[in-house]
Amino acid sequence: MGQFRFHQYQVVGRALPTEKDDKPKAYRMKLWATNEVRAKSKFWYFLRKLKKVKKSNGQILAINEIYEKKLTITENYGIWLRYQSRTGYHNMYKEFRDTTLNGAVEQMYTEMASRHRVRFPCIQIIKTATVPDELCKRDNTKQFHSENIKFPLIFKKVRPSSRKLKTTYKASRPNIFK
Amino acid sequence: MPFKRFVEIGRVALVNYGKEYGQLVVIVDVIDQNRALVDGPGLVRHQVNFKRLSLTDIKIDIKRSPKKKYLIAAMEAADVKNKWEKSSWGRKLIVQKRRAAMTDFDRFKVMLARIKRSTCINQEVAKLKKESKA
Repeated sequence: MGQFRFHQYQVVGRALPTEKDDKPKAYRMKLWATNEVRAKSKFWYFLRKLKKVKKSNGQILAINEIYEKKLTITENYGIWLRYQSRTGYHNMYKEFRDTTLNGAVEQMYTEMASRHRVRFPCIQIIKTATVPDELCKRDNTKQFHSENIKFPLIFKKVRPSSRKLKTTYKASRPNIFK
Repeated sequence: MPFKRFVEIGRVALVNYGKEYGQLVVIVDVIDQNRALVDGPGLVRHQVNFKRLSLTDIKIDIKRSPKKKYLIAAMEAADVKNKWEKSSWGRKLIVQKRRAAMTDFDRFKVMLARIKRSTCINQEVAKLKKESKA
């Protein structure tokens, strides 16, 4: 459960000091990437779009990974994103239930890839937030808010307890009813 | 056939795959359709896919996501350990564990015990046969 593909980084950078401006403003950004190198690259991508500074005339002051403090509470995560489809850019708001923000972001990327065929480079996360139960908009997350949640597992997948015990043929039919 | 075992807060389940194979855990919260937050004595609270859980008949009375000490108190109150070890499923697992941990000497002792038992049975059967013939 601690293995996330996407890590959250905080990147701080600024333009290099010049004679004209020896105290350039520093900008901080929180973003998701698979590793630090990609995080720095993504930082420059966004900063270039907002300020007149490039990697060649700028410097990264700090890059730190942000870790989740508590892994044992279930939260509703709302993610606002901007993605590029085959026909243009669209904004989207998605909700996910997970224990960690990194897990929710990973869910978001896999869901965008499966539902909309959008890959990682074409998605920009605008904002993420933990949403309290009353403010959730999606029925799919709201259905898990009930205190008395109760549902049966209707299909029991019969599988050996380790892959070593896997065989092609079994002596008897499995019982898939719980 | 109606369903009798439900995923609900307080349901006791057996982990049937992975690192905690064979441990009893309690479903403490439902994350989404496929995962539950699960906790148990001696475990850190973590998420588990339902595919790795086998639901049991035992259910304890807890609120959603209780503190560890309330969970343990509720488990004691519901006497989960004894209920499990007395249930037929629990007993079968205990027997399986014992059999897997047998040494060759244990198997020899079992063989002798089986021979003894079958001689007793066969003697009784022979007696009954004689009586029914006569």
